[in-house]
Amino acid sequence: MPFGNTHNNFKLNYKVEEEYPDLSKHNNHMAKVLTKELYGKLRDKQTPNGFTLDDVIQTGVDNPGHPFIMTVGCVAGDEESYEVFKDLLDPIISDRHNGYKATDKHKTDLNFENLKGGDDLDPAYVLSSRVRTGRSIKGFTLPPHSSRGERRGIEKLSVEALTSLDGEFKGKYYPLKSMTDAEQEQLINDHFLFDKPVSPLLTCAGMARDWPDGRGIWHNDSKTFLVWVNEEDHLRVISMQQGGNMREVFRRFCVGLQKIEEIFKKHNHGFMWNEHLGYILTCPSNLGTGLRGGVHVKLPKLSTHPKFDEILTRLRLQKRGTGGVDTASVGGVFDISNADRLGSSEVAQVQMVVDGVKLMVEMEKKLEKGEAIDSMIPAQK
Amino acid sequence: MASSFSRILSSKRKIQILSLVGGSVTAGFLLHRDHVSAGGVPVRRSYPASAEYPDLRKHNNCMASHLTPAIYAKLCDKATPNGYTLDQAIQTGVDNPGHPFIKTVGMVAGDEESYEVFADLLNPVIKERHNGYDPCTMKHPTDLDSSKIHSGNFDAKYVLSSRVRTGRSIRGLSLPPACTRAERREVERVVVEALAGLKDDLAGKYFSLTQMTDEEQQQLIDDHFLFDKPVSPLLTCAGMARDWPDARGIWHNNDKTFLIWINEEDHTRVISMEKGGNMKRVFERFCKGLKEVERLIQERGWEFMWSEKLGYILTCPSNLGTGLRAGVHVKLPRLSKDPRLNTILNNLRLQKRGTGGVDTAAVGGVFDISNLDRLGLSEVQLVQTVIDGVNYLIECEKKLEKGQDIKVPPPLKYFK
Repeated sequence: MPFGNTHNNFKLNYKVEEEYPDLSKHNNHMAKVLTKELYGKLRDKQTPNGFTLDDVIQTGVDNPGHPFIMTVGCVAGDEESYEVFKDLLDPIISDRHNGYKATDKHKTDLNFENLKGGDDLDPAYVLSSRVRTGRSIKGFTLPPHSSRGERRGIEKLSVEALTSLDGEFKGKYYPLKSMTDAEQEQLINDHFLFDKPVSPLLTCAGMARDWPDGRGIWHNDSKTFLVWVNEEDHLRVISMQQGGNMREVFRRFCVGLQKIEEIFKKHNHGFMWNEHLGYILTCPSNLGTGLRGGVHVKLPKLSTHPKFDEILTRLRLQKRGTGGVDTASVGGVFDISNADRLGSSEVAQVQMVVDGVKLMVEMEKKLEKGEAIDSMIPAQK
Repeated sequence: MASSFSRILSSKRKIQILSLVGGSVTAGFLLHRDHVSAGGVPVRRSYPASAEYPDLRKHNNCMASHLTPAIYAKLCDKATPNGYTLDQAIQTGVDNPGHPFIKTVGMVAGDEESYEVFADLLNPVIKERHNGYDPCTMKHPTDLDSSKIHSGNFDAKYVLSSRVRTGRSIRGLSLPPACTRAERREVERVVVEALAGLKDDLAGKYFSLTQMTDEEQQQLIDDHFLFDKPVSPLLTCAGMARDWPDARGIWHNNDKTFLIWINEEDHTRVISMEKGGNMKRVFERFCKGLKEVERLIQERGWEFMWSEKLGYILTCPSNLGTGLRAGVHVKLPRLSKDPRLNTILNNLRLQKRGTGGVDTAAVGGVFDISNLDRLGLSEVQLVQTVIDGVNYLIECEKKLEKGQDIKVPPPLKYFK
């Protein structure tokens, strides 16, 4: 929540132990790292936009977490948050992203031609393919901190950029606050419409303020390329289609993203990116590529095999239900996607999905024939 | 503790002057502009007020009715000495457009000074919500002399329980939408220390939400005392649920007839209640308890937020004045079916709720009946209004039982 700078200075009248949050029952990345000493060291700091330590951690204080799932427990309010609060965020980033060090460099590769294969995933098993990422627009604060004026500025710029696209990317923007009932119905049927966030992980970070002002959905005419504006990030970019042609999905993803980026650069508002953290997004878990590339795939036999979870871990993949994160699988159909975001490139992450899913479909076929799959289980990638 | 308190007070008075002379927004192109606000610390504003003004076209709450672009432009760069801003005060009203039939207030105060710094918006809101009460010209009467109450013992055949509640804020500490963790803990410390000094029928115990045992929690639930983390977006969007359950708790006396909530929607909510219809006794305990608590905090150098214009200062403008809701659970099965009920209630300056509290439905003809008004009339006046009104309703129910007809009473005047 964007408290004024004065409010933060006013807190300094109190001692550190009086303001330090009670994290004794908490289980999230922020709670693991934020000692009283670290709180004391960072509490008088703020970014040039006035985002403070308490703003960063509020969502983690309000949501102690789950004993089995480790949430991040903090957000960035602007690009500078990752610098000003690096003493807190670097250890969290390291913990969340497989030991990524403060000195490591992240590789960005959006050249779809570097992907090998990916156009021949068996459509009898792979029902749909999708790649998503997020992008933040330089010069604006992020959703936890943005004012109405900024959010509208982001929307205006984004709509200008998106409506100038043509060819396969020609499309239309639907602002949430002036959508007609018919448009809303269609977007729901297409599974495109996003709703006001209800998860307290997001609402406690202030991301649902002023809803639905400045929010909207853009998609191309063929409904294969979709952009959400001002939901959890400035932009969420999604490329998707039925069937198993992940190569084509990724091509469209890369081409579309690069076209959009060019237009934003021309307006002197390129995307937030640096060579250490890659693409800068609201949640530290989405740094790097911010990419989740995945398929909906039928694996009824493999999913009940005792080594299923181990196979996923070795392939650096994760499973979700077909309703997305925190849902259960239905009818043996799983959402399988890359687990990594930071420290490997877009091409590398999609390659892991393509190779991994191909292997798992082979395993499923073997299990159908009653054969063993032990020899196929891969080494840890 | 006392030394830090006086330190805060002196710096607040100093910067209070600075905040009230804060400059207005100059129109211009999209540049970063720094404004010197309270305490001499710049507040970043990149957009003119017109670009920040909320879209209130689909809104139906008191804030939306009175927040014109001109008032927004005048107030958007101001902050209270603690740094609370207009955008924060109105956030709950922007996020919750309201219901076409129920008009919510749509804004909160972050501290006592909010009512001064944002008076250009709060005064018209207060006027609309409180029957034309004008803080600029009128004074609010406070009267906690329960001996003035008469006929306050209802027929227990009809009145199942009686209850009076109010809120109190501790002067010098920010209110729940804005308070820091340290301030909230200080509220808890101040109040719990004072309550430990209560004696006899008021002697009791504090149950902190962070430390209560499972057994204590179950008992408090069974007694219908336990309050939960707010889920209503009206409250959560105003920031009142931050850091839950840190520094929240419940105190009650051993008799379970006097109960205090700490750091829920207000610093304190004070409740006196008992089964049956002895509203006079409930109000006596209420007044005695309140005066005792006030004495105990004053002994330690603290006081309640109160002003001649607004009475007791609370988070929501709807609770200014007395902050008092006096009510009964009353069985009115026949009257509940009479189409004239709402008019009768309105004329008696009463409101009905279901027995689950605000926003619930009546069950089995049992209603929660309480006063509509809060500001401009004293506690004694409001409780007497409830007593007179409930007596009238019971008379109506008795008449209907005998097959007689009832009369709609003439409407009561607002400010006597």
